[in-house]
Amino acid sequence: MSQHKETIKHDFEPNIVAFVCNWCTYTGADLAGTSRLKYEPNVRIIRLPCTGRIDYNLLLKAFESGADGVLVSGCHPNDCHYNLGNFHARRRFTVFRQLLDFVGIDIRRIQFAWVSAAEGAKWAQLVTQVTNEVRELGPFTNYKRISELSFPYKELEPEPLEEVTA
Amino acid sequence: METLQNIAQGLLERGDVSMVIGYTPGTIPGKTKTIFARTPEAAQKLTFNENCVNNLSIYLTRQYGNIGEKPVALVVKACDARTVNVLIQENQLKREQVYLIAVPCNGVKDEHGVEQGKCKSCAQRVPKDYDALAGETPAPVEIDPTLRFKALEQFDAMSPDERWEFWMKEFEKCVKCYACRQACPLCYCERCITDKTTPRWIEPDTSTAANLSWHITRAFHLAGRCIGCGECERACHQNIPLGLLNRKMAKEVFDNFGYRAGESAEAKPVFADFRYDDKEEFIR
Repeated sequence: MSQHKETIKHDFEPNIVAFVCNWCTYTGADLAGTSRLKYEPNVRIIRLPCTGRIDYNLLLKAFESGADGVLVSGCHPNDCHYNLGNFHARRRFTVFRQLLDFVGIDIRRIQFAWVSAAEGAKWAQLVTQVTNEVRELGPFTNYKRISELSFPYKELEPEPLEEVTA
Repeated sequence: METLQNIAQGLLERGDVSMVIGYTPGTIPGKTKTIFARTPEAAQKLTFNENCVNNLSIYLTRQYGNIGEKPVALVVKACDARTVNVLIQENQLKREQVYLIAVPCNGVKDEHGVEQGKCKSCAQRVPKDYDALAGETPAPVEIDPTLRFKALEQFDAMSPDERWEFWMKEFEKCVKCYACRQACPLCYCERCITDKTTPRWIEPDTSTAANLSWHITRAFHLAGRCIGCGECERACHQNIPLGLLNRKMAKEVFDNFGYRAGESAEAKPVFADFRYDDKEEFIR
């Protein structure tokens, strides 16, 4: 029987949401699985047709819903199944991450990569790297902080009960 | 030299255009309002002065239904003409549907006499492309091009957390009246993404988190399109510096792709286009 490696316990396990394209990165992640490559289990993969389809709203929603990090990955340039999708995505994300930076979201939490269907090893390495980086940054609390400020999400502190003396 | 009124009167008398959209003195000193002149007599009410801050190109969008069989004449400053260019680029109207009456502009002021931020860095006195010029061609001016993005420099020194605090303080004030959207000549979508409910991309409440989604969306939908007329900022009664977001987007688009919105009506919109050698140092 092979010996299992001792797992390291961390204080904080980040939630990473990965938006990947169906044709390259998803297949690449599949290859990582079939090749029995080990990588961090913190990533949740969402499969979309193309990086060109990845609306910036999806990335925002991920952060809003409590993701600590977001990963966007698709075909290398010139390999797009739809020919041009990733070129358009590249332009959009160049500007979009600058907008996030401008409003004060740490852009180390949003990573972009090209992973082809043959790069299972790159995917495993990428996820491990991104997870470790986000783990070092700690939990993403920006949204929690503003929720405390705002009216609809404000949770009132329960009033302390009066002590009943016998 | 032809005056604005004479040009407009001639156009309406000959029946070349269905109406002339321009400025007329307002009821409050230092303010002007829009006039839709349909008769030669009404054309005499047209005026242009340093208080003509409004960007009238919004009246060319479909929601107003001003464009019919005949072209519409529009009084434009250099910045307004850039908006018209974007509208033409995005197939909202055809160049022949609009008759541009250019007015030489030396910068405009609001009713308090404060010069608009956009004018401080503007060296363009007349539009590049127009059909008639009311007045004389002014002498060209030299303005330092770095002035355009000077307001953004204060943010370079700030940490992401400081920037976050700055913007959240601003967005907290937002009441989601959507005046910024209604005033914008390029927010012409008949159904805005924020009004859609399946799926609901932007929460409709006015919590800071929901306001953040709205302002990110607004800024990004205008990225590479906004020409910086500043109508959103002027319309905002909570004085949120929306222009800064738009300007940041313009800077990124210019730095990365060398594109400036509204420079030409023939150019492809920046996000409908790409180059094989676009920068990608942020991609792993």
